[in-house]
Amino acid sequence: MDFGLSEEQEQLKAGARDFLSNECPSSVVRKVMAEESGLAPDLYKKIAELGWTGMIIPEEFGGLGLGMLDLAILLEECGYAAMPGPFPFSSGIAASALKLGGSPDQCRRWLPELASGRLTGTVAIVEEADSLDPADIALSAVREGNGFVLNGTKMFVPYAHAADFIVVAARSTPGPEGLDFFIVEGGANGLSARILRNVDQTRRVCEVKFDGVKVPQEARLAKSAGLLDKLIDAGAVVMAADCLGGSERALEMAVEYSKVREQFGRPIGSFQALQHLAAELIAAIEPARSLLWYAAYAQDAGLEDVSRAASMAKARLSAVYSRTADQSVLMHGGIGFTWEHDIHLWFKRARFDDPFFGDPVFHRERVATLSGY
Amino acid sequence: MDLNLNAQEEAFRDRVRDWLAHNRPVALHQRGVVDGKTWVQRAKEWQRKLYEAGYLALSWPKEYGGQALDPMRQAIVSEELMRANVPGVIGSNAISMLGPTLITWGTEEQKRRYLPKILTAEEIWCQGYSEPGAGSDLASLRTRAELDGDEFVVNGQKVWTSGAHIADMMFGLVRTNPDAPKHKGISYLLIDMKSPGITVRPLVQMNGEADFCEVFFDNVRVPRANLVGELNEGWKVANTTMVHERNWLGSSPQRLFDKLMERARDLRRGGIALTSHQLYRHRLAEMQIDVEAMRLHSLRLLSNAIHKRPGGVENMVAKLVGTELHHRMALTAMEMLGDYGTLGRGEPSALDRGVWSATWFGSIARMFGGGTSEIQKNVIAERGLGMPRSR
Repeated sequence: MDFGLSEEQEQLKAGARDFLSNECPSSVVRKVMAEESGLAPDLYKKIAELGWTGMIIPEEFGGLGLGMLDLAILLEECGYAAMPGPFPFSSGIAASALKLGGSPDQCRRWLPELASGRLTGTVAIVEEADSLDPADIALSAVREGNGFVLNGTKMFVPYAHAADFIVVAARSTPGPEGLDFFIVEGGANGLSARILRNVDQTRRVCEVKFDGVKVPQEARLAKSAGLLDKLIDAGAVVMAADCLGGSERALEMAVEYSKVREQFGRPIGSFQALQHLAAELIAAIEPARSLLWYAAYAQDAGLEDVSRAASMAKARLSAVYSRTADQSVLMHGGIGFTWEHDIHLWFKRARFDDPFFGDPVFHRERVATLSGY
Repeated sequence: MDLNLNAQEEAFRDRVRDWLAHNRPVALHQRGVVDGKTWVQRAKEWQRKLYEAGYLALSWPKEYGGQALDPMRQAIVSEELMRANVPGVIGSNAISMLGPTLITWGTEEQKRRYLPKILTAEEIWCQGYSEPGAGSDLASLRTRAELDGDEFVVNGQKVWTSGAHIADMMFGLVRTNPDAPKHKGISYLLIDMKSPGITVRPLVQMNGEADFCEVFFDNVRVPRANLVGELNEGWKVANTTMVHERNWLGSSPQRLFDKLMERARDLRRGGIALTSHQLYRHRLAEMQIDVEAMRLHSLRLLSNAIHKRPGGVENMVAKLVGTELHHRMALTAMEMLGDYGTLGRGEPSALDRGVWSATWFGSIARMFGGGTSEIQKNVIAERGLGMPRSR
């Protein structure tokens, strides 16, 4: 029994921390924030060379064949650095969609390209209602000839403006069983993406219109049944990992500041009002890390309570990140409200992470339902 | 990452489970149900039975009554004891706090003299730390011990001393050098509770029981051989105890949560079970996440211990998180019960035999016993996060 990271995983984590502190300091993050595309192509190229983009992609499809726990370790570090770009959404969520739902042919077509970092993909689920409930998914897929025609609008789709393919949840028949997933190529006729002006500028999310987009039969994901829940599990772990790293960083910044900022003739970190606040925050972060490890491990080991574990991790880490980021800004006082100080990067990112792939209320409800109450 | 037990561990777990199924005490020797003397006697018998079966202090060295097994075996036993819902162990404070301290700091003679009797419950111990003027600021304690030949002469008073009225021995802190800085003049002494000059006065607690006591020392003579560690080094020695105490107090909240869920399923408002009432449903789910986080967090700390990884701030948060969660669960139960929560033990209309108000009282004690939540936060901030000292 060992509920802890292996030596290789510790090295992966330390290596990622080191790499990102050199290649993705806040000066780089801010440069990407200011650009329209938000893609950070140079950084993406480098992480692809490190193998990150193929982390959870099986070796037969050109990846490293590692697990969600390994990916979560990397994503924690990406959250710590507030790394911009499509990496978590493409190599975490879109790669999971193909791994879990794709036919061998579909995997062969797309996964090696994701692994090499040459292409990126994304997943489009929620619509105007901003809901992961199947009943709130209306984008229609109507059979026509040897394929389908897609009509509807998706919201909050990460990096859809630059994605080489979008895995889209669509309704082929009414009712909860009538959900299908299709792979739509980036340049398809009738497909358009508009970048939404969001407050977390380290991320780009789009409104994506499907206006009579035609896809062939082969574009339908082979194993669509039950895929939504599996994607929620994967997405929850991906986002929870970012929450963990971001929480650590925000608190670390606040604690460091409290050691150097003096008022009343002493460092403010010597006041118990701030000490106790910081202690409460770390006392929430550390047990939440244990939840994340278990949720990721549950997916790798195929444990029975995989969905409940994912929801527990996301429910908790969303809330932990939001609170930690809020309080860390407040510990900075006025300087924390300036554009110049970096703390707002994590403050805003926490807001993005909180609802994305399910907010705490959604996941608590899922925990209750899965536990039989 | 591997959460599976190996074959030997699984076999061991099955043996423990089987033993517990056949050997659980028939009459739950609940305090208040039987008189105090009978309770103490039955509790000692139960501990001895557990010990003789090989299920106590498994990781202690063999020469002092342990089995030198890895912490995993101890964890398996603890898990099974919890699952079987058997009574706790009367000597648990000595097993979890004094034992490890003696193993670290004690002389060979002290280890051989005291450790085996801790395990067999032949000697029951109390912890003499707090004083009227020394609570959170424990190092300001004033109970004085002066060397007179081969003996210390102890004068002063301890308070909130749990179980002093049934204890044979006390492990306590005394001031041996009043002129040194406060942390430097303290020694760790083992005191025979039958010594002339000791007066024990039980205090009636808010729950009506009288378990914690005042202990008065009037020229009590204690052999110098009962000093643990060096003279005036008692603070360092005591810190071992406190580290262990924190682990002990942060025990698993799973059983309490299960009871809470059972109760919530049965309680209805307007025909709706509280588990379906949106407000309670979400609070229960939130606490279920807390409970699971604590379970996994304990596994993480256990793994650190087994695989000899030092760990960091994660080691310091368990007491705070565990006791606050326990209190939150008790409080939620009280709110769900409404007026029924105000009924005490012995009232026929009380739900679950009045256990919830008792749990609620107990949850308050956990939050200050063994270092208040506020002190925990000071420690986490200053030692865990490296924030500047507040004092």
